[in-house]
Formats: sequence, C-alpha cells, structure tokens
Amino acid sequence: MAFTNDQLERYSRHIILKEVGAKGQKKLLNAKVLIIGAGGLGAPAALYLAAAGVGTIGIVDADEVDLSNLQRQVIHTTADIGKAKVQSAKETMNAINPDVTVNTYRTFVTSKNVMDLIKDYDFIIDGTDNFPAKFLINDACVMAKKPFSHAGIIRFKGQLMTYVPGEGPCYRCVFKDPPPKDAVPTCKQAGVIGAMGGVIGSLQAMEAVKYILGVGDLLTGYLLTYDALKMEFRKIKLPSDTSGCAVCGDHPTITELIDYEQAECDGK
Amino acid sequence: MADFQIDDTVDITDVVCPVTFVKAKVALEELDDGQILSIRMNDGEPVQNVPRSIKEEGHQILKLIDNEDGTYDLIVKKVEDE
Repeated sequence: MAFTNDQLERYSRHIILKEVGAKGQKKLLNAKVLIIGAGGLGAPAALYLAAAGVGTIGIVDADEVDLSNLQRQVIHTTADIGKAKVQSAKETMNAINPDVTVNTYRTFVTSKNVMDLIKDYDFIIDGTDNFPAKFLINDACVMAKKPFSHAGIIRFKGQLMTYVPGEGPCYRCVFKDPPPKDAVPTCKQAGVIGAMGGVIGSLQAMEAVKYILGVGDLLTGYLLTYDALKMEFRKIKLPSDTSGCAVCGDHPTITELIDYEQAECDGK
Repeated sequence: MADFQIDDTVDITDVVCPVTFVKAKVALEELDDGQILSIRMNDGEPVQNVPRSIKEEGHQILKLIDNEDGTYDLIVKKVEDE
C-alpha cells in the first residue's frame, strides 16, 4: 500500500520519527484496537487513536450521551445529547480522520459477548467505569491471549497497567476480586476531574500505539498511579510471579467468565 | 550520467516542507540496503534542507545534479540503520 500525498502530510509528524517511519505508520493503519467504554477514558483514547491513523477501531458502549458526560467525555458535544455514544464517537472520529474504519457495538460487555467482541482486535483498551466489567475484560483477555490496557479514574486520581500475555501480571494478579458492592464509590457518586480522563485515557492510547509499533517499554509488570493534587506519578513494580493467579496462573481456578453483580446505584 | 545505477526515483516537487523529506524518507524505506534513489526536488528550501535531513538519517549522499530548470536530482545511497 502506497501513501497518498495527503496521507504523507497527515502523518508527516509520525513518519519523520525514526521509531515510526513509513513502516510504523503502515502498522498503525493495519492495526485493530477495541475501546470498551466511550466515556471519560475512551473518549481521549478514541480521539488520539483515530487521529494517529489506527485503521480499525471498535467502540463498545450501551449508553446514550447525557449532559453530565460532557464535562469530561470530549468526543461528544452538546448537540449529541440523547444520541448513542458509539454513534457520536464514530462521527467525531470519522470527522477527524476518514482513513479510520469505526465499528460500533451498542451493548454492555457481558460474559456472553465479550469473547466475540475482542476476538478480531490486536489490542483492547478498558475504558469502563465499574469493577464487574474490569474483571470480565481482564479474564476474557487472559483467556483469549489478548493484550490490553487497564485504567481507572476517580476524583483527582488515576491508575493504569498494561497486560501482555506471558509478559507479566494481569489485573487479577494485583486485585484478586472485585471489592464488595458500594465499598468503593463509582465516579458517578464520587466525582472526577474531567482532565483526569484526558491524562489516563491518553496514556492508554500511547500504550496501544507503542504496542502496535513494537517500540519502547510497555507498562507491563507495573502499575502507574497519578495523584493530580500532589502532582505525583508513581510507577509501582508488581510481583513478577504470576503462577498463583486464579486466572493467568499455572493452575487457574477461574476457567469460565463471571458476570459479577453491579452495585445498585450504578444501574442507570 | 552513467556513474550510478539508479534503483528508484521519487519526485518531491509536488509537496512542501516537511512532506518533501517525508516523501523522500518513505521512498528510501522501500529500498534495500545499498540501493540508490534519485530524488527530484525544487531549488530553494528543499535543496537546502532535504539533503541534510537524509544525511542525518545515516544515508549517503552521492551527488546533487542541477537540472538547470529549477530542479535538482539528489542521488542517495540507502544505508540501513542498526
């Protein structure tokens, strides 16, 4: 595939980079990334990946755009209120970059559909806002041997880690089970600074881009935490022995996907 | 002008900086180590900057030929990095 002059110009700041070049840009154009959640994390991730020319981007979300989303979910506009988030996201991504094919999946992730959703993608971004989904995505990615980026944000804090099969711990190695219902507030109850999604979601996009290009070091084996009030990033080394993990360990006890119960107040 | 065996040519007179260099770089990436590319470029900014950028990438500049029509042909030998 040869680049058009328009593509050379669009991706010139990428192609100039020694680590990218024409070969790297072609890798991006041929790559397939699935973003689960078109919210605070998924919005910036989707924008940057579309702009970068990731050729196929899937986006999963069951919700419609709500006025309360717009403080942080920068892929949607006021005119999009009431529209399916996946449709609103697709329109913005196509407006930024017509090179990108956007596949939309208007659904929640469940044990029934998650394997089918992730199967055609090279890298998964978990931009969900609840523990049942996060554990489900982790377990599914471990079972399907798919690399993914986990992230979570609340108030002035954010965290992320990257899982690559065989190259370090999974989310469940670190957090064994979801916390009891309502033990941890969701960002709906607790609030979150809008730019936090921008910081952490952009880092997730960066991990996806690095994975596709095969350059640099991924956040595998580490948990990165960000405390905005203290203006502090911490890169925490995780135990490298994953043999005892219930899902990615040597003798997994979790061999089927689990739909954990969602806390009552998150029902909407 | 039988000094070189030109393996491929690229015309970058239809684009402006920084796409001039980008287009040349992409053409070089398509070649194998040691192959030779002839790059046709405009006088002025491209001739001032593109040869330098290509040199910085580690490739070998063999010759700059003035076509005396406001364009130049830059003859570059690809040097594979690493």
